[in-house]
Amino acid sequence: MSGPAGHALSLQGVAKRYGDFTAVQGATLEVASGEFLTLLGPSGSGKTTILMMIAGFVEPSAGRILLDGRDITALPPERRDFGMVFQGYALFPHMTVAENVAFPLRVRRMARAERDAKVRAALDLVQLDRFADRRPSQLSGGQQQRVALARALVFDPALLLLDEPLSALDKKLRAELQEELKALHRRIGRSFINVTHDQEEALSLSDRIAILNHGHVMQVGSPEALYERPATRFVADFLGKSNFIEGEAEPDAGGMALRRGRARVVARGTAPAGRALLSLRPEKIVLLPAEGAPALAEDNVVEGRIAAWSYLGTGFAVTVETPDLGAIRVHLPAWRSPVAPAEGLAVRLGWSRDAAVVVAEDAAMAPQGHAA
Amino acid sequence: MSPKGRHAAGWWALILPAFLLMTAFYVAPILQVLAISVTEPSPGLGNYERLFTSESVQRVIGTTLRIGVVTTAVALLLGYVLAYRIALAGPRAQRWWLLAVLVPLWISVLVRAFAWVTLLRRQGLVNEGLLAAGVIDQPLSLVWNEFGIIIGMVHYMVPYAVLPMLSAMREIDPRVLAAARGLGASRTGAFLRVFLPLSLPGVIAAGVLVFIFSLGFYITPAILGGGKTLMVAEWIKLQILDLIRWGLGAMMATVLVVAILATLAVFSRLVNLRRLFGAGG
Ligand SMILES: Nc1ncnc2c1ncn2[C@@H]1O[C@H](COP(=O)(O)OP(=O)(O)O)[C@@H](O)[C@H]1O
Ligand SMILES: [Mg+2]
Repeated sequence: MSGPAGHALSLQGVAKRYGDFTAVQGATLEVASGEFLTLLGPSGSGKTTILMMIAGFVEPSAGRILLDGRDITALPPERRDFGMVFQGYALFPHMTVAENVAFPLRVRRMARAERDAKVRAALDLVQLDRFADRRPSQLSGGQQQRVALARALVFDPALLLLDEPLSALDKKLRAELQEELKALHRRIGRSFINVTHDQEEALSLSDRIAILNHGHVMQVGSPEALYERPATRFVADFLGKSNFIEGEAEPDAGGMALRRGRARVVARGTAPAGRALLSLRPEKIVLLPAEGAPALAEDNVVEGRIAAWSYLGTGFAVTVETPDLGAIRVHLPAWRSPVAPAEGLAVRLGWSRDAAVVVAEDAAMAPQGHAA
Repeated sequence: MSPKGRHAAGWWALILPAFLLMTAFYVAPILQVLAISVTEPSPGLGNYERLFTSESVQRVIGTTLRIGVVTTAVALLLGYVLAYRIALAGPRAQRWWLLAVLVPLWISVLVRAFAWVTLLRRQGLVNEGLLAAGVIDQPLSLVWNEFGIIIGMVHYMVPYAVLPMLSAMREIDPRVLAAARGLGASRTGAFLRVFLPLSLPGVIAAGVLVFIFSLGFYITPAILGGGKTLMVAEWIKLQILDLIRWGLGAMMATVLVVAILATLAVFSRLVNLRRLFGAGG
């Protein structure tokens, strides 16, 4: 099923309005041949709507959709040749697993012998060959998900669209199927466009992630680029956890500095003078007791008291109340932790200059026409 | 007795009065009819012998079955189109459609039958209209024959055909239809391969309901048939009230009841396919 190379998809200013409510606002996205792109955003952010416009079920109010440079905006869904795994799978309940998988080939009037061979190959691919004669209602959630995958891939589609393919499964199974999906993508070399609201899934599966909020594409980039260099407060907050420090920006020899109260925090990058916002990941902060520990050799050091903490297995989630920077969340590895967390304990926090990044306030990209 | 068993016994006690009433007013007369059919005018199976020997008995059964089958087919077809339209409509439009389908049920059968007579008779609206438009030069005989009976019965049965089919269609997940399109099926292909098979349990249920109702129709065929085309119910009335042949009438009534029960028994198995199709759960 490896066949010819994948196809490239391009969205140019694609928008969708329902009455005076705008579900998707001018989305511009490139999906490279063979790429795994994830649309990530909270519920209601327009992910499904974008996917449905790509699939041809929803007509864009504006913009164009191109496949390998050819305009397909007006093409009906059945002529696009895209494989799709629907939210909840949408298997045909009156057909067996094999009949479900054969469906795309049947409607393409493929000869029987060829069809049977392809169905068998697709079922092999998702390890369901033993279940060919069952009905979907006799399968577990994970197995149904695999049938949906086999059905979407059997006709060698130009690209594969997945709408929350794993969200109906329990956590452990989800992790397993993530691995399988990733391996499958590598094996067949087609472009995958995946929709999810699960940031861990997006981080572990994708070549690139597009983050959506209120119908806006907020930022597109590799998982690492988005995690390390979020452009806005929303992206920093949605992808992982983050502390935000707001203050007056000023130039500094090694980058920039932010002044807040009596504290001065240095960070990399630049920011124009005036109000600025820094994002600081909890796991990039070192925490030591205030008394009896060696001084912290970090670019930024502040003192505070532990206000709350909880044990997470891999570490502690600690909230430290500081006089100038307010509450700061710290992720502390549990194994050989230098501090035994206790409420009220005086501690020192330190982080290096390159741990914090300047992000934009979301107000700059305020959602328009969001009535709900 | 387990707590659950006692619970069940409680429910039985609750429906006992209804059960006794049913027995007294429903089952007992039927048994009496059965008794008359083998005792009048003389004890034995003489009346049932007529099923195989009497041409008039066979003709009335044939007419009834023919009208029943045609009525069922036409009502299913019209009902399917209506149910499909309703199932695809928005929630607001759906309410109006349903109201339009159900309103005829509140109008007396008698009124509706006479309304059809005035529309369809030789000097009726339909014939006059067609004559005036020059489509025909002789009035068509649209009523006081099987055609008229079927029109009246279809009109009566369409709501009963719509409701079971609509409820089956409502159980169909719209995403399944979208999936069919997305996987390459045309609109027609998605309908024929996915929607139609998934709505089939509703079609079977509606077919059984309409067919059974059709067998026992009395007022509509009596008025729209004009006494010339006899269906079973009117024939029974004729035997008992006009010809005072109680045994023969009771025999036919028994045959009718048995035919209905047999139809139900056969199709209740088919309709259970619903489970198998996964539509039910
Ligand atoms: N057919 C529709 N009519 C009106 N509003 C819609 C329709 N479909 C989606 N929406 C709205 O558009 C927004 C985006 O929906 P959706 O794309 O399904 O979000 P997501 O998949 O990210 O949860 C939601 O606020 C939703 O209510
Ligand atoms: Mg969605």
